Amino acid sequence: MNAFPPVPEMVAAVRSKRVAPDHFVTESLRRLEQHGGTLGAVLSLTKERAQADLAPLSARLAGGEDLPLAGVPIAIKDNICVRGTTTTCGSRILESYRPPYDATAVERLVRAGAVIVAKTNLDEFAMGSSTENSAFFPAKNPWDLARVPGGSSGGSASVVAAALVPAALGSETGGSVRQPAAFTGIAGLKPTYGRVSRYGLVAFGSSLDQIGTFARTAADAALIHAVIAGRDPRDATSSDHPVEPNQARSMDLKGLRVGIPKEGHDSAIDARIRARLSATQERLLAAGAVIRELSLPHAKYAIPTYYIVATAEASSNLARHDGMHCGVAAPPEKDLLHQYLRNRAQGFGAEVTRRILLGTFCLSSGYYDAYYERAMRVRSLLARDYRAAFEQVDVLLGPTTPTPAFKHGEKTSDPLQMYLADVLTAGANLAGVPALSIRAGHLTEGGSELPIGLQLTGPAWSENLLFRVGAAIESYWPEADRLPPFVRSQA
Amino acid sequence: MNTTNWETVVGLEVHVQLKTKTKMFCGCANAYGAPPNTLTCPVCTGQPGALPVANRQAFSLAMRFGHAVEATIARSTKFDRKNYFYPDLPKGYQISQSDQPITSGGHVVLESGKAINLVRAHLEEDAGKTFHESPGFSEVDLNRCGIPLLEIVSAPDLRSPEEAYEYLTRLKLLLRHLEVSDCDMEKGSLRCDVNVSVRKLGAAQFGTRCELKNLNSFKSVERAIAAEALRHIAVIESGGTIEAETRLWDDEKGETRLMRKKETSQDYRYFPDPDLPRHEIAEAWIDEVRRTMPELPEARRARYKRDFGLSDYDSGVLVQDTSISRYFEEVSAACGDPKAAANWISADLFGLMNVKNEGLLAANIPAGRLAELIGLVKSGSMNVPSARKVLGAMYGNGRDPKELMNELGLGQVSDRDGLIEIVKRALAANPKAAEDMKQGKGKAAGAIVGFVMKESKGRANPAVVNEILAELLQD
Repeated sequence: MNAFPPVPEMVAAVRSKRVAPDHFVTESLRRLEQHGGTLGAVLSLTKERAQADLAPLSARLAGGEDLPLAGVPIAIKDNICVRGTTTTCGSRILESYRPPYDATAVERLVRAGAVIVAKTNLDEFAMGSSTENSAFFPAKNPWDLARVPGGSSGGSASVVAAALVPAALGSETGGSVRQPAAFTGIAGLKPTYGRVSRYGLVAFGSSLDQIGTFARTAADAALIHAVIAGRDPRDATSSDHPVEPNQARSMDLKGLRVGIPKEGHDSAIDARIRARLSATQERLLAAGAVIRELSLPHAKYAIPTYYIVATAEASSNLARHDGMHCGVAAPPEKDLLHQYLRNRAQGFGAEVTRRILLGTFCLSSGYYDAYYERAMRVRSLLARDYRAAFEQVDVLLGPTTPTPAFKHGEKTSDPLQMYLADVLTAGANLAGVPALSIRAGHLTEGGSELPIGLQLTGPAWSENLLFRVGAAIESYWPEADRLPPFVRSQA
Repeated sequence: MNTTNWETVVGLEVHVQLKTKTKMFCGCANAYGAPPNTLTCPVCTGQPGALPVANRQAFSLAMRFGHAVEATIARSTKFDRKNYFYPDLPKGYQISQSDQPITSGGHVVLESGKAINLVRAHLEEDAGKTFHESPGFSEVDLNRCGIPLLEIVSAPDLRSPEEAYEYLTRLKLLLRHLEVSDCDMEKGSLRCDVNVSVRKLGAAQFGTRCELKNLNSFKSVERAIAAEALRHIAVIESGGTIEAETRLWDDEKGETRLMRKKETSQDYRYFPDPDLPRHEIAEAWIDEVRRTMPELPEARRARYKRDFGLSDYDSGVLVQDTSISRYFEEVSAACGDPKAAANWISADLFGLMNVKNEGLLAANIPAGRLAELIGLVKSGSMNVPSARKVLGAMYGNGRDPKELMNELGLGQVSDRDGLIEIVKRALAANPKAAEDMKQGKGKAAGAIVGFVMKESKGRANPAVVNEILAELLQD
C-alpha cells in the first residue's frame, strides 16, 4: 500500500478529470474498511453521507466552482458534528446521538469539495492522552500496534499515519492534536484560539478548545486549514482577523529568529528526542536562521493550570449530557435526582467522571477564588511569557512530547503520569497561540521504529509561518516519508 | 394580634421577557403560542457542540429601560453560567449575568413621590416549560427556552402590600410604554418573586426575610405580602423566630406554605461563560438608545393634560400603553377634537373592549373610522345614543359608520316638516306640560321632548325639536 499523493495533486487529478471524482474517496473507504478495525481507529464509516456529498461533485466541477479540496476524503474526530451520522464523543452516553447539523468546519470542508468518509476514535469527550479512554475500544499506533497513537485525537492520527485517509480533523484542548501527530509521525496543527469556528465541536474546555488539522505533511495541513479557518457568526469567540492565502511552501530561513525554550532540553525529556532537537537546531543555523535560547518562566505551571481551567469548564459543558434531552437514559428511577445520577453514572467513564468531579470542586462556592480565579491569573501570566518571547523571536521550537509513543496500559493506572504527557503542549492552549507538530524522523525502541515530533509555536495568527518553517524542517528528515511497517506489508 | 407597631419590608425581583425579534442567543423567533418545540434550533435545545451568540437588540432594550429609570449602564459587561440540573434547562446551565449586570441602580417613583430604588437589572435566558399532565411521564416545551429576560431587582424599599402593588403597576406601565416587554402575567412575560420581612417600627435592622413564589397576578402579590407579613408578626409575637425560607403562595387558601429552607439552597457554581466574549458597550450605542427613546408615560400624560385639556382620569387611561396612546393621537388628529376622542375611547370603546375582555387589535376599529363617527355626532347627523349603537356595530369589523348609521336607520331626523307633526302630537298628548311651558316653566319641556324622542325612535335632532317647540308655543 502506498501513501495517497499530496493533497494538491489529488485535487488536480480530480479537477482535470484524470480520475473520477470518487476515485480517492472509494480508495479511502476501501482502506478504512480493511484496516480501520485493526487500528481501532474508526468508530463509524460515513458512506451514505459520502455518497450524498459526492453526487453533486461532478456538476459542481462542471459548473466552474472553485473546489480547493475536490474529491479529497477526510476523516473527522467523533466529537465534531456531522449531520445525520452518529457523533458519540467516544462515550456511552452519546452512543446513539445523531446531530441535526454540521459543524462549521465540516460544512466548509464539504463546500470546498472534500468528502467525509469516517468518524474516528478518541478518548471519551477528548479527555485523555492515549485514546485508551474511548468507551468502545482503544486505538493503536500503526508504527507498533502494542503502543498508543496518543490522544485524545488518536483515531484521526492513526488513520492518517496509516495512509487510510490523506487528512483528518481532530480537536485540541491541551495537546490532543499535536501529541498524537508526534506519536504517529505526521503533521498536526493547533490553530490560534478563535481561528477555526468551534460551532459543532462538542465542548470540553471552551476557552481552550480548537479544531485542528492532521495531514502527512505541513503543506497538506496548510491546505485543509485554509479552508476551515475564518470568522463564523455562529461562534462568538471566532475572530475576524483576516485569513492569509495559503502559501505552504518551505521558505528561505535566512534571518529567521528561532527561540529554543530551555524547558525543551529538560533532562526529563527522552535523550534521543533532545538529540533530534539539537540536530534540527544545527540544520536551521546552517540555513541562516538565528537561534536563541530563552525561557517561559510560567511554563512549569501549565499542567496544574490547565487541569483546573479545563476541568472547571468541562464540569459545566458536560452537564447537557444528562440523558434527558439527548444521550442515553437509564431505566426509570424513583425521582428526578436519582434519574440524573443514574443516567450520568451509567453514561460516563471513569476519567470523564473524575474530571467532572474535579471541575465541580474547583468552581464550588468558597473554592472558586483559590482555584479557577487563580488559574485564570496564572494563565494570563503564561500568555504574557509567550508575548514577551515573540518580541525576541519569530517562532519557538521544541519537542512535542517528552517520550515517544508509550505502550497500551503503561500509564492508565496513574492519571498524573498520563497528564504529564501534555506538559509541553498545554501552554499553547492556555496562551491561545498556534502550534504545529511536525515529524522529525524516528528512533528505535524495543525493536520498533517510533516517530519523533518537534513542535513549532508562533504568535497569534502566524499559522502560515509555522507551516512554512515546518515544511523546511520536514525536508531535513526525508526518511520520515516512509509509511509504518504495518501499512507497507498491506495491499 | 396588634399589627400597628410593625412595619412590612418588601423587595421584588421581577423577570420580564424582552420584546426582541429573536431569542437571546440564537436566531429562533421570540413568540408565544406556537405548537410545542417548533421554535427551536440546535442552540436553544442545547445540542452538543452548539454555541450561543448574544442578541444585540436585547442589550438595546435593557439599556432603554436603564435610561428610563435613570440607572447606570455598564460600559463593559459579561455573561456567566448558572449551573443546575432541571429538565426545562437542556444545557444544564442558564446563561445569566452574576456580578456585572447591564444596569445598576435607578428608581421607580410612586404617585406619592416616594422613590423605590432599584439594585440592578440583568440579562439572562428563559428556561423551557414542563408539563406534568400525562400519567407516568412529564413533557417539556422548549419554545420558551432562550427567550431573553431582564431581571429587575428592587431594593427593600417597599413598606406595604399596596406599595408593592403600585410599584408593579408602574413598572409594567413603563415597560409596556417603552415597548421593552408585554408584561403579560398570564402569558408568563412578567413573573415576580417577592421578599418579605417585618420589623418593629423604628427598628434599624431588617427582619429575616422569606421569598414567595407562585404569584400569578399583581393582586395575588398584594394579598400574599399581607398574609406573609401577618404570619411573621404572629410567629414573632408568640415568641417564635422566622427562618429564611422559600414559600409558595396558595391563592385559593390565601396563605403561604413552606417550599424549601434557604440553608439547603444550591451552589450554582457561577463562572464567566467562555463561549461569550466580554461585551464592551460604546458610548455611541448608549447615546443612540437614549436618542431613540419613546416618550415616557408620565411626560406624555402631562402633555395630554396641558395641550388637550384632558382630565386626570382620561390622560391616565390613555398612556397605559403606547398602542393606545398612538391610537388616541391618530383619532384626535383626524377628528380635530382631542377631548371628544378621549371620551369616546376611554368611556365607550374601552367599555366594549372590557365586556369582551379584548384589546385594541381585536376591536379592529381604524382610527379614521372612529374619527368619522365623532364627526357624524358633531355635525348633527346622529345623536350620542345612536352613535353608541353604531360604535357597537362597528366593533370587531371596523365598518364605515355612515353606512351603518343608514343601514340601522339611526340617522338623526332634522327635517322640520316631519318633526312639526310629531311635536304637535306631543303637545296635544301633554296639555298640562304644554300649559306649564307657556307659563315659562322650562322643566316641563322634558315630557314633551321625551315624547318626541320616543315617537322618533330617538332620532329627532333635539336642537331642531327645541326650535320648533319655541315657535309653536309662541303662536
